[in-house]
Amino acid sequence: MLGADAMAKCLVEENVGVVFGYPGVAICPFFNSMLSVDIERVLVRTEQNAAHMASGYARISGKVGVCVATSGPGATNLITGIATAYADSIPLVCITGQVDSGQLGSDVFQEADITGAVESFVKYSYLVKNVEDIPRIFKEAFHIASTGRRGPVLIDVPIDIQNASISKFSYPAEVNLRTYKPTVKGHAVQIKKVIKAISRSERPIICVGGGVHLSNASEEVRDFAHKHGIPVVSTLMGISVMPTNDPLYFGMVGNNGKSYANRAMNESDLIIMIGARVADRAISQPDLIMDNTVLVHIDVDPAEIGKNVGPHIPLVGDIKAIFEEMAKCEVECNFAPWLETLEGYKADAPARKKPRPEYVDPAEFIRMLSEKLDDDAIYVADVGQNQMWSCGYHIVKKGRFLTSGGMGTMGYSIPAAIGARAAAPERQIVAVCGDGSFQMSMMELATMQQHSLPVKIIIFHNGYLGLVREYQYNVYKGHYSVVDLSGSPDFSKLSDAYGIPFYKLENMEGASDMLDDFLKCKDPALMEIMIDPLDVVK
Amino acid sequence: MHKKVFQLLVDNTSGVLSRISGLFSRRGYNIESITAGTTANPRFTRITIVATGDEAILEQIEKQVGKLIDVRDIRELKPDSSVYRELILIKVRATDVQRQSIISVSDIFRAKIIDVDKDSMIIELTGTQNKIDAFLDLLDGYEILEIARTGIAGLKRGTEGVVEFD
Repeated sequence: MLGADAMAKCLVEENVGVVFGYPGVAICPFFNSMLSVDIERVLVRTEQNAAHMASGYARISGKVGVCVATSGPGATNLITGIATAYADSIPLVCITGQVDSGQLGSDVFQEADITGAVESFVKYSYLVKNVEDIPRIFKEAFHIASTGRRGPVLIDVPIDIQNASISKFSYPAEVNLRTYKPTVKGHAVQIKKVIKAISRSERPIICVGGGVHLSNASEEVRDFAHKHGIPVVSTLMGISVMPTNDPLYFGMVGNNGKSYANRAMNESDLIIMIGARVADRAISQPDLIMDNTVLVHIDVDPAEIGKNVGPHIPLVGDIKAIFEEMAKCEVECNFAPWLETLEGYKADAPARKKPRPEYVDPAEFIRMLSEKLDDDAIYVADVGQNQMWSCGYHIVKKGRFLTSGGMGTMGYSIPAAIGARAAAPERQIVAVCGDGSFQMSMMELATMQQHSLPVKIIIFHNGYLGLVREYQYNVYKGHYSVVDLSGSPDFSKLSDAYGIPFYKLENMEGASDMLDDFLKCKDPALMEIMIDPLDVVK
Repeated sequence: MHKKVFQLLVDNTSGVLSRISGLFSRRGYNIESITAGTTANPRFTRITIVATGDEAILEQIEKQVGKLIDVRDIRELKPDSSVYRELILIKVRATDVQRQSIISVSDIFRAKIIDVDKDSMIIELTGTQNKIDAFLDLLDGYEILEIARTGIAGLKRGTEGVVEFD
């Protein structure tokens, strides 16, 4: 058995269903060995999207996503995708081929120090130097990626190691990492303190972040909120923990969030942050909040606690495990008056200004789309105005909302949706992007067709890099620089070239019928909707 | 600005030092000195880091470094309950006339003369940073040609909290 066979076998042991990748000579032994195992191989059109697909796959399947690239440019092309996953704590194992280990460091053809280059974007990385280490390293990599605070792990395997014979393959049943033991169970004393803080509070608010999804704890957190009648807001990454129309849900916080969500945070006397980083986009002035509020911060990563704001009650552990414990606690509370206040704020929130009627109203369109989507549909938003409108107006029922939050990587939606499709072929999946972000990933239409991973794609066409244009309008008095997207292709012809049904919506007239037809397509479909070039997020 | 001395016990993997120093540079933490060496068990390396920053930064340093997979243990070495030592090598110009007085100063500090050349000598001194600074002050009148300092190495006093190897 060769090292490459052992690598493929490790993936079988880890129950990997699919790998997204792009071959090159340095990873050929591995791809050759993959022919003898029952794991689907998806050929992407550029390596960055292999990482994004693995990310979409991981987020929907709850498993570790796997992507593979060759040495040198293949490996460096992965970096943006790895950094995107790292910023959102998505569990990935990224496998790269490497030049012959005897030639490492001599700048031979397609050599790149990938473990060095990704150091700040991975949870851990390995350069395999001995073929016998392969089973242990793979076991550790999957363990590290999928426990504690999730994140990407990279394994760099020189070609001679892939081609070397391994004396005995035995996949370890357990990992033995002396230095890595993440906390799972929440400290009982801290849990009691949280419960006590709730009982003393009059205006509590729960703020959910992406960590709730990662811990698969949405149900536990929802149940807790409902049991005690505590209102909930969310960060960008926490969207879809709560159904949008849940009476306890008050929307997304932050600069691009709902005014009433931010007001709820500012006026509360107890904030329970769950699996959120308290980052700049969500909480612009953490110091302000601390003045008159008790802050509880629940996170699996102890380093997050106190990084941006010093909590009064830190609680480290796995969110699911913690809320299973919390569910056993009884609290005397009645937050009805507080909820009434918040409902008032929500009712008073000003409606978004309507754009010119000759264009599609993005807010109304997204609402209409949401209503027509299946209950458990997966909605993947890209980055830019389309993302902000999606956060604001997409109505989540029982589905998921995916987007690149921490890194804000344009071009994420299409590959992530394709990855999600590989994880959940039975679910309805829609990728929403702008005409800018679409063109960053449109090469993956071929991947989608080749591997029968159809998704629905909606392009918000405004002819601009809209969010940057909006910024230049506000900050540089409308002096637009390098935001005009003239030169974009005719999307109908592009769809035709890939053999994908195409729909174009000029304005809201006929929107409902066209959406019905679009969603009815069994296979992939692409819809271009025309947005006022000067429309703004709020 | 505060200063803290951290003691780390890390897995002796390739790249562990670059992982730690990389963390300091990318998060903008200030490192005053870092020393590393193997322990009684060659699988582990002991690292002593002197870092400066405000309280919140120092807390983050401890947490972020502690989070690295290769780091088995990190703890602050508090001045009251720990010993710190640093080693310094000083090459100083020494003419026939100066040689004896440099030896006298070195004797007072229990520094060793480890090399003598016709117009220079190398002095070795081990001690706390205060002692080393005081010695350097006394050498002020001489021409110091080169200095090499190791940075602080430290251990906590007593057996409490000693991490056992497994």
